Amino acid sequence: MERSILHSDMNCFYASVEMLHHPELGEKPLAVGGDPEARHGIVLTANYPAKRRGVKTGMALWQARQACPEVIFVPPRMDLYLRFSRLAHEIYADYTDLQEAFGIDESWLDVSACIDSVRDPLTIAQEISERIKHELGLTVSIGVSWNKIFAKFGSDYRKPDAITQITRDNYKKIVWSAPAADLLYVGRATKRKLAAIGINTIGDIATCNPKILCAHFGKIGYILHTFANGRDETPVCPENTVSPIKSIGNSTTTPRDLVNNDDVRMVIYLLAESVASRLRDQHFAGSLIGISVRDNGLFSFTRQKKIPMPTNISDEIARYAMQLFAANYQWEKPIRSVGVRVGDLVADEYWYQTDLFVDPKMREKQLKVDVAVDSLRRRFGHDIILRGQMYFDRVLSGLDARAEDHMVHPHSYFERGNQLGKEVFYE
Amino acid sequence: MTVRRGYKVYVDVGAEFSDEGELVPKYLIWEDGTRYEIDRIVKHERCASRKAGGAGILYVCRVRGQDIRLFYEENYRWFVEAKTL
Repeated sequence: MERSILHSDMNCFYASVEMLHHPELGEKPLAVGGDPEARHGIVLTANYPAKRRGVKTGMALWQARQACPEVIFVPPRMDLYLRFSRLAHEIYADYTDLQEAFGIDESWLDVSACIDSVRDPLTIAQEISERIKHELGLTVSIGVSWNKIFAKFGSDYRKPDAITQITRDNYKKIVWSAPAADLLYVGRATKRKLAAIGINTIGDIATCNPKILCAHFGKIGYILHTFANGRDETPVCPENTVSPIKSIGNSTTTPRDLVNNDDVRMVIYLLAESVASRLRDQHFAGSLIGISVRDNGLFSFTRQKKIPMPTNISDEIARYAMQLFAANYQWEKPIRSVGVRVGDLVADEYWYQTDLFVDPKMREKQLKVDVAVDSLRRRFGHDIILRGQMYFDRVLSGLDARAEDHMVHPHSYFERGNQLGKEVFYE
Repeated sequence: MTVRRGYKVYVDVGAEFSDEGELVPKYLIWEDGTRYEIDRIVKHERCASRKAGGAGILYVCRVRGQDIRLFYEENYRWFVEAKTL
C-alpha cells in the first residue's frame, strides 16, 4: 500500500511564537535575534512583514536595521520555543507514533495507518493545521505525499498556512518544473554544478541519466535522481527514538577579538573543558578532534584530526585543538569566534589500544581531576575552580561556555544511514 | 499577586486535583483583591489566546453569572484574558 506522509513546517517559528506573546505589536516587522551588546547579533528568524522588507535569517542585526529601520528585535527564548515545539508534537502524536523531527519546527508524520473511508491524508492535514492554529496560535504549512522528499517539497511550496498535496498525477507538473535548488540536498554548490551541466529544474535531474549525475557528484548523484523521481523509501522514524549523538561541540563569539596564541589558548581550554565535561556527562569519549575559527573579516575555516585513543579529558582535547590551531592559522587577522568539537564517539568504558609513550595511569589521574572539577562546579558554580591561565584576562575567560549550548541544529537526512531502499537500484 | 500585561492578567488561583488527575480551578483573586468563586466550568480545551498572548488550557468559567476566559498557560501560570484594558 502506498504510504501517506505529511511534512509539517511551522512558519517563521521563533518569530510566530514571539508574535503570539506580544499581541501589542500586531503586524509590525519583528526579528528574533541575539544580544547586540555581546556581539552575538544575528537574526535567527524574522516574521513575514520583516521578511517582505528584506530582513533575512542570518543577517547581522545592523544589516537588518538597515534593510528595515522600524524592525523590532526581541531576544530569543529557547525554552519557550522548545515548549511550543513539544506541544506541536503532542498534537501530531494524536495521529501517529511515526513522527520524526527535522529540527525544532519541522516534522515528518507517517499517517498511513489513520487512512480509512472517512479520512484521507488531506483531511488529516487540514485537521492538524486547524488544531495548531486554535491550540497554539501558530500557522503551519503542510506537504502531503507518498514519500518524505515530496512531502517536504510540498510544505515549502506554499507558505504560510497552506497545504499542498503532491500526488502521482501532479508531481511532474508541480515538482519537476521547480528549480533544482528546491530539492532537499541541493545547496548552493550543487546548484552551481548542476547549472554547469545544463540542469536547472528538478525535472531535469529526474530525467537525466543517473550515470551522468554519478559521474559529476558521486553517490549523491544517484540519491538526487531517486529523490527527484519520488522513489525515496526512507521510513519515518518512530517518535522518541533518540538519534545517536554524532559529536559534541561548543563554539563561542568572544567578548573581544583574539590577537595571539595565548588568547586563543585560553578560549580553547575553556571550550575544551566544557566539551569534555559534556562528554563525561553522556559517558562518551571521542577520537576525532575538530576546531572552527572565524576571523574578524568573517573568513572562517574548520580543521579536524583523528587521534590515537578516544578521550574525554579536558587537557588532551585542548592540546590537540591547540595543535590543530597552531598548524593552521598564520594570524593574518584577529579572531572573533572559535569552536571545539569532538566526534567519532564511543562509550567511555570502551576498550582502546594503549600506547607505549602514553602513561595510562597518568590519564586515569587526569580523568579523576576532571571529574573532581565537575563535581565542584556542579555544587559551587563554574568559577569556583579555574586554570591559572584564565586569570590573564578574566573578561575573556569569564564567558560561560556551557551556557551557549542551546543551539538547535536540524538533523542530517542520512544520520541513520542511507535508507532509500534503493542502494542496489542502479547497480 | 496579580500582574497585568495588556489584556493578560496573571492571577492567583485556587484549584483542586481530582483522584483522576483532573485539575479544576475553584476561585481566583482579581487585580483589586476581590476573591471570585468559580461556580461552574462551562468548557475546557487546549487553546491559544491571541488577545492576551499565550497558549495553554482554556477554562471558560461561570463567575457571578458571567463567563470569563481563564488560561492555565504552558508555563504553569494562570492568566485571565481581560475584557477591557
